[in-house]
Amino acid sequence: MSKLHVTTTVNGDEVEYLCDPRETLLDCLRDKLNLTGAKEGCGTGDCGACSVTVDGRLVCSCLMLGVEAEGKQIETVEGIADGYVLHPLQKKFIEYAALQCGVCTPGILVAAKSLLEKNPDPTEEEARYWLAGNLCRCTGYDKIIRAVMDTAAELREAS
Amino acid sequence: MDYHSPASFAEASALAQNATGITRFLAGGTDVLVQLRSELVTPDTLIDIKKINGVHDITRNSDGSWTLGVAATGAEMSEHPELGHDWPGVVEAMDLIGSTQVQGRATLTGNLCNGSPAADSVPAMVAAGVTVTVTGPEGARDVAVENIPTGPGKTSLAKGEVISSVNIPARGENGGDAYLRFIPRTEMDIAVVGVGVNLRLDGDIITEARVSLGAVAPTVLLVEEAARAIIGTTLDDAALDALTAAASAACNPIDDKRGTIAFRTEVAGVLAKRTAKIAYARAKGEQA
Ligand SMILES: Cc1cc2nc3c(=O)[nH]c(=O)nc-3n(C[C@H](O)[C@H](O)[C@H](O)COP(=O)(O)OP(=O)(O)OC[C@H]3O[C@@H](n4cnc5c(N)ncnc54)[C@H](O)[C@@H]3O)c2cc1C
Ligand code: FES
Ligand code: FES
Repeated sequence: MSKLHVTTTVNGDEVEYLCDPRETLLDCLRDKLNLTGAKEGCGTGDCGACSVTVDGRLVCSCLMLGVEAEGKQIETVEGIADGYVLHPLQKKFIEYAALQCGVCTPGILVAAKSLLEKNPDPTEEEARYWLAGNLCRCTGYDKIIRAVMDTAAELREAS
Repeated sequence: MDYHSPASFAEASALAQNATGITRFLAGGTDVLVQLRSELVTPDTLIDIKKINGVHDITRNSDGSWTLGVAATGAEMSEHPELGHDWPGVVEAMDLIGSTQVQGRATLTGNLCNGSPAADSVPAMVAAGVTVTVTGPEGARDVAVENIPTGPGKTSLAKGEVISSVNIPARGENGGDAYLRFIPRTEMDIAVVGVGVNLRLDGDIITEARVSLGAVAPTVLLVEEAARAIIGTTLDDAALDALTAAASAACNPIDDKRGTIAFRTEVAGVLAKRTAKIAYARAKGEQA
């Protein structure tokens, strides 16, 4: 089976890869581009561990084919920090201990960042609904929500 | 698996017409990829329709009707400033599908053509009188949404046919629609029963109505008896009782761990009543 050539932009850098049409964007990020931040928790759209944004839209990278990334702008968890300077969300996740095993964390950071870009002043209910597709088996969610709400408050003050 | 991304529906139709083996169209992929990954369906030919011009457009036509491109996502529908004002039931039904991430990809057409009897947007579309334009080797035709599914996972589309747009009627005066579903949890679950109601009033009297049930039969149902139970009434208690009875009588559900036959049948009646009340309040302008 012939492979397809894809050119796309990931975290601002133009990248290229060859993929089988059955491979997902998640497979391509992890196995071809060595961006292993996005995780495969389920592979069926249920857990959100593979969350990335595509042209600014939050999606599950396990539910998108690698070939569909052609010409798109992809953002992954690797692009959230500015070099060694952590994003405010990342700092708050550490401060609040909003992670234990950390498998869900990359997806939750990407999803939470996308929420705050769309809605800088979410209610707790809005934040919980927005993140309902990101499963965490460790924290019980409360610390995650508190970290997100506090980041939102801090970013509002800063702007 | 061969992947194609045609530039027109005529080309998509020709690709499907000439393909052998299993063919799937790729809209948001939230059903196609799950089936691919779990090795339920591995298409031989996959035709991505998202590179066709205009497939993300949501357009209000001069007569007040709406034309939605077949790749318009749930998120794009919810974000549209006017669509949800005209058709809150259709937009809410679509919005119930999956998570934020799934909303970023899932489409009405994919939900319809996947053929699940529990597909959330389908009862809302049937109640609203939505049609789809089907492009095939012989040209295009419009088909009512209720005539697309023929059984679980099956549609009436012939080989080489592809849906090229979704057409929602003009809202018109004094109308309202609503969709409710019952699920065992508050989010991220499959409907045990879904009900769509769309109606129009003259004063307090219902002059037109369409009632549709999901997840209680092998396909989504348009229940004319249930509509007749409320047409000509003010949705008083007697009308609501008749509606409840007609909705329950139309059920032919499965029995599974998520809902027994008796439970689904009873819930269909209760939800029909609640949904009709919301549609009525919307038609009166008393509720958004
Ligand atoms: C985590 C998760 C939660 C979900 N929750 C729900 C839920 O609550 N309720 C619900 O109803 N569904 C749910 N779904 C199922 C799915 O998201 C919906 O059915 C969705 O609307 C499918 O749309 P799509 O664009 O992704 O379809 P795709 O996967 O792209 O396509 C689905 C089917 O439609 C066909 N098709 C697509 N476009 C066309 C076209 N233009 N012409 C002809 N055929 C076409 C394809 O061949 C395929 O058979 C969920 C899925 C996931 C992964
Ligand atoms: S791995 Fe994509 S949602 Fe679980
Ligand atoms: S920290 Fe372990 S799954 Fe969330």
